[in-house]
Amino acid sequence: MEKETVISAKGLAGGYSGKTIWENADFSVQQGEFVAVLGPNGAGKTTFFRMMLGLAAPVAGSLSVFGRTPRRGNPDIGYVPQRHLIDRETGVEARELVRLGLDGHRWGIGSAHYEEAFEALRAAGAGDLARRPLAALSGGELQRVFLAEALIGKPKMLLLDEPLANLDLRREADFVRLINEVVRSQGVTVLLIAHNINPLLPVLDRIIYIANGRIATGAPSEVLTSETLTDLYGIPIEVLRDSRGRIAVLGMEESAEHHPEHRPEPRRDRGPEGRAERRSNE
Amino acid sequence: MNSTAFSFNIIADLQAMLAYDFMRHAFEAGTVVAVVAGIVGYFVVIRRSSFAAHALSHIGFAGAAGAVLLGVNPVAGLLLFTSGGGVAMATLGRRASERDVQIGAVLAFMLGLGVLFISLYSGYATEAYSLLFGEVLGVSRGDVLLTLAAAAVILATIALIYRPLLFASLDEDVAEAKGVSIFWIGVIFMLLIAVATSMAVQVVGVLLIFALMVTPAAAAQQMTQRPLRGILVSVLIALLATWFGIFISFYTPYPVSFFIASVTFLVYVASRFYRANSGVLFRPIKK
Repeated sequence: MEKETVISAKGLAGGYSGKTIWENADFSVQQGEFVAVLGPNGAGKTTFFRMMLGLAAPVAGSLSVFGRTPRRGNPDIGYVPQRHLIDRETGVEARELVRLGLDGHRWGIGSAHYEEAFEALRAAGAGDLARRPLAALSGGELQRVFLAEALIGKPKMLLLDEPLANLDLRREADFVRLINEVVRSQGVTVLLIAHNINPLLPVLDRIIYIANGRIATGAPSEVLTSETLTDLYGIPIEVLRDSRGRIAVLGMEESAEHHPEHRPEPRRDRGPEGRAERRSNE
Repeated sequence: MNSTAFSFNIIADLQAMLAYDFMRHAFEAGTVVAVVAGIVGYFVVIRRSSFAAHALSHIGFAGAAGAVLLGVNPVAGLLLFTSGGGVAMATLGRRASERDVQIGAVLAFMLGLGVLFISLYSGYATEAYSLLFGEVLGVSRGDVLLTLAAAAVILATIALIYRPLLFASLDEDVAEAKGVSIFWIGVIFMLLIAVATSMAVQVVGVLLIFALMVTPAAAAQQMTQRPLRGILVSVLIALLATWFGIFISFYTPYPVSFFIASVTFLVYVASRFYRANSGVLFRPIKK
C-alpha cells in the first residue's frame, strides 16, 4: 500500500537569528510513521519542529507539510513542547488545560468542551486525571496531560519535544507504548525528539539524525551504524550493540566541543518533587 | 469621621451612610474597581505578573504626582505612565514579570521621581498620602463615571481575549503554535493591568495595589481549579473586602485601605490553610 508523504524536505537548511545550524537536508516522512529525531544539544532539533509548525522559516530549500508550506495554527499538528509554564501554584485542573488545545486560539469565552477533553485524556491514558489540579501531577502524569492537549484536535501528526526527559525507566517504556498505540491505531505520524534511543528501538520506523550541521535519515538499522554516524559527525564514532539489541553510541562527546558556537538547547528542568519548571528560551 | 453611630441594623446604617454623596461615590467606585481588580487579578496571578502589576502602580505614582504638579487630574497622569510602562514591559520580553531586577530598578527610580514631584507641589502631605494609600472617600461623581467607562472597556476586552489569554498564560509554546500571537496578547494584557491599576489606586493607593489586584485572586486560586469559578471567587473576595472596608471606615477614624488589605490578607491566609489541610475546596469526585 502506497502511503501518503506528509513531510517532504528538499535542500532544506535550518537555523535561527540568521545563522544556519544544519543544511542540505533531503528526506520525506510517510503518514503513520513513528520517527525519532536524534542529535546532540544545540544541533537544531527544536528548530526543525518550529519550522514544521510555521514558527520559523527555512534558511534555504523547501519544506512541505501535508503538501503545503508550513503555517502557524495548523490544526493537523499536535505539539508538545519541551518547556511548560506549569508549576506548583498552577491550581487549574487538567481538563481545563486540555480543552484549550481544541479552541484556545479562538476569541471569546467559549464552551467548556469537557467531554472532548475527557476523551482525549482517556486516549492519552489519563482519564483519571481530568479533575486533578496540574500542580499536583507528577512528571509522567503531566506528560500524558500534554499529550491529551495535543490529541484533542484529532491531529494527523504529533510533534513531541523530549517527552521522555525526566521519566524513570518504567514510565519511559509506558509512554513509548502509549505513543505507539496512538500511531498504530489512529494512523497518526509521530516525530519524537529523544536523547536515548533504546526505549524507542522496538517501535521506530525511521530516524532523523541531526548532527554536525547535517541530517541523516533512514531506518534505525541504516542510521545507527558506525559508518553512517562517523560520516555524519566527521569524526570516528562507534555504535555498539549488546546482547539485547540495546545501542550505545561512543565518540560524539568530542564532537560537541568542535562546535562551541552552537548554543545548547534549553533543557526542561525539574523543580522539587519532579515538577516542570520554566526556563528562558530567548 | 462622622456623627452617625453604628446601630446593628445594617439597612438603616446603609441608608444613613448613603445619604452622604461621598459615601455613595465610594461604594460605586469601590464596587467597580473590585470587580475589575478581581478579574484582571486572576490573570495577573496565573501569568505570574504580580510584580509587574506592583511595579506599574509605582510607575503610575510618578505620573500621578507629575499631573498633580501640573494641575491636571492625577488619573490622567496615572493612565499615561502605567500604559507606557506596561507596553514597555510587554515589548521587552515575553514575561517581563520575570525580569525583577530591571523592573525593580525602574520602580525605585519612578517612586523617587514621584517623591520629587510631590515635594515640588505645595499640598505635599495630603496628595502624597492619597496617592500612596488611596482615598476612596474623596472620589467625585466624575471619577465614578470615568471608572465605570474604563471598567466597561476592560471587561469587554477580557471577554474577547479570554481563551487566547488563558492559553498563552498556561501553555505559551503550544498557544503560539496554535496561532495565538503571544506578543500582542502580552501587550494587550499589560495595558489591561495599566488601566486596572490606575483605577485601583483611587481605592487602595499605589502601595497597597496587591491587596486588590493580587491577594483576592491568589486566594481564589487556592480554592477552585476552574478558571471561570476562580475569577468569580476572586471578584467576590475583592467586593466583600472593599464593601467591608468602606462600611467600617464610616464608623472609625482608620483608613479604608487598611481594612481592605486586612480582609483580603485574612482570606488569603485562610485559603492557604484550607488547601494545606484538605487539598482543595471543590474536591475532585473520584470515578
